[in-house]
Amino acid sequence: MSTMSLALADSATMVRRQITHMRRYPSLILQLVGTPVVFLLLFVYVFGGTLGNGLGSGSGGRGAYVDYVAPGILMMAVAAVAMGTAISVAMDMTEGIVARFKSMAIARVSVLTGHVVGAMVQTAVAVAVVVGVALAIGFRPNASVLEWVAAAGVVAMIAFALTWLSVAMGLAAKTVESASNLPQPLVFLPFLGSGFVPTDSMPVGLRWFAEYQPFTPIMETIRGLLLGTGIGSSGIAAAAWSAGIALVGYLWARKLYNRQA
Amino acid sequence: MADNHIRPAIAVRGLRRSYGDKVVLDGIDLTVAEGTIFSLLGPNGAGKTTMVQILSTLIRADGGEIRVAGHDPAREPDAVRAAIGLTGQFSAVDKLLTGEENLRLMADLHHLGRREGSRRATELLERFDLVEARGKLAGTYSGGMQRRLDLAMTLVGAPRVIFLDEPTSGLDPRSRRGLWQIIRELVAGGVTIFLTTQYLEEADQLADRIALLDQGRVVAEGTPDELKRRIPGGHVSLRFTDPDELDLAARTLTAAGGALAADGRDDESLVLQVPHDGAVHSLRALLARLDDASVEVDSLTVHTPDLDDVFLALTGKSRMTDETAQTGETARTDETTMEAVR
Repeated sequence: MSTMSLALADSATMVRRQITHMRRYPSLILQLVGTPVVFLLLFVYVFGGTLGNGLGSGSGGRGAYVDYVAPGILMMAVAAVAMGTAISVAMDMTEGIVARFKSMAIARVSVLTGHVVGAMVQTAVAVAVVVGVALAIGFRPNASVLEWVAAAGVVAMIAFALTWLSVAMGLAAKTVESASNLPQPLVFLPFLGSGFVPTDSMPVGLRWFAEYQPFTPIMETIRGLLLGTGIGSSGIAAAAWSAGIALVGYLWARKLYNRQA
Repeated sequence: MADNHIRPAIAVRGLRRSYGDKVVLDGIDLTVAEGTIFSLLGPNGAGKTTMVQILSTLIRADGGEIRVAGHDPAREPDAVRAAIGLTGQFSAVDKLLTGEENLRLMADLHHLGRREGSRRATELLERFDLVEARGKLAGTYSGGMQRRLDLAMTLVGAPRVIFLDEPTSGLDPRSRRGLWQIIRELVAGGVTIFLTTQYLEEADQLADRIALLDQGRVVAEGTPDELKRRIPGGHVSLRFTDPDELDLAARTLTAAGGALAADGRDDESLVLQVPHDGAVHSLRALLARLDDASVEVDSLTVHTPDLDDVFLALTGKSRMTDETAQTGETARTDETTMEAVR
């Protein structure tokens, strides 16, 4: 077998390992999916009536707010899975099994690609659940099939980027506990952007941060694709942020994984 | 083919490694012949684990020449990795997979193919007495079972050189003996074993050659018998109930021309140590002499030299020349070593 097909075969083996882990440890994925779902229900049913009226567009009320908040909750789900990835990478690294992998003649990256692909599968599950719940409680996108596919692509893009970042964070963490703390801010980043309320309702300093942080253009792009609001330059910004985060995360992770080699 | 027998499985010359200012390995030379068990013996923090990590390509040496299965771990790591198997100090099993899945994972990573992988897994489960537990998660295994699974996973790739880093630490005596038996069978099959341990009994039982590692240097090397010969012989300890008897015995034995062991007289615990070769007839002669002088001996123990004596004699010495603060130092080194693996 060539080096490339060996790398693919080893990565596939590691992905199977990750999938088995998910099946064995379903409480982790439940928890990861649970957090965004709880926030969705909380914001729609508790705050949604009032917040929806403040949006200043469409019919207002709870129905309008579901539509507005769904992309933010999606990002929250993506970030929550990334947090889980950091934890499972850190757990892996504290076990002797990684020393075993490193002392074997296998494609070195396969351990990490296993985690990344596994995390992408988890993201798909989490996003599907969140979208399902959102649709059930009144989320009414008007997207065409093509726009749905494009939105899924945007989610996959940022999920891929955040996954590499969280793999690096998991490797950088000294303990499993700190691995769960490092990516924590990612889960709350949608709040400090256009995830829950439009940025122009915020005070100046916060608004400036909210408009220029990476999650805002991504949420705006998803919102535009699913609900037909304006996308403008958000699409380009979303792609640039995703590519940048992915590159930094990948390089950081590779450096950490190969240190001392 | 004769070549294969001449070529050592592991050859190390002038190996050095430091972490920051702390020198962990300071010019190590050693050679391990194919098909033998070599044991690296030393206290905690002596550098044993660092040595294994270097030989198994996990970390690099700062200097020195190394060949493992004929390859340089720094320049041809994959060639070395293809020839070795590593069972580290911490259990290297995937706790969320079953025993059988762990073995199949290894088979997949060695690209054995479905049928061969399944055949190999079954064979190893049987050999390591894990058939009943094959479907249970490895995390639920006892310590001894995890070690067996660990070693079985190492064997999936049929390695020629196996590194066992303190394979029996934390095991109960029965599991330990079981593992020893497995290790002996492996060597009988032509595999070379590099074993680190802090248990002298283990090295004594298993190893063809032993190197004693202390503070990053090999302080002694040889067969277990050679090492035992390097220290003073055995002795008999005689215990008395009162100081007068002790005194009488000491005088009787000196008068008979027998020398007492250096520092052989302990007036506080009323113990007298007499050099002794372990033979029954000389023991009988010793007792007869004491009997003739009407000396009352309370109890008697015969002490034959073991590796413990070697260990204390050789490592104790180097420790005394260096200041006592060493123990704290070395304990910390162990932590840094662990850190570096991650």
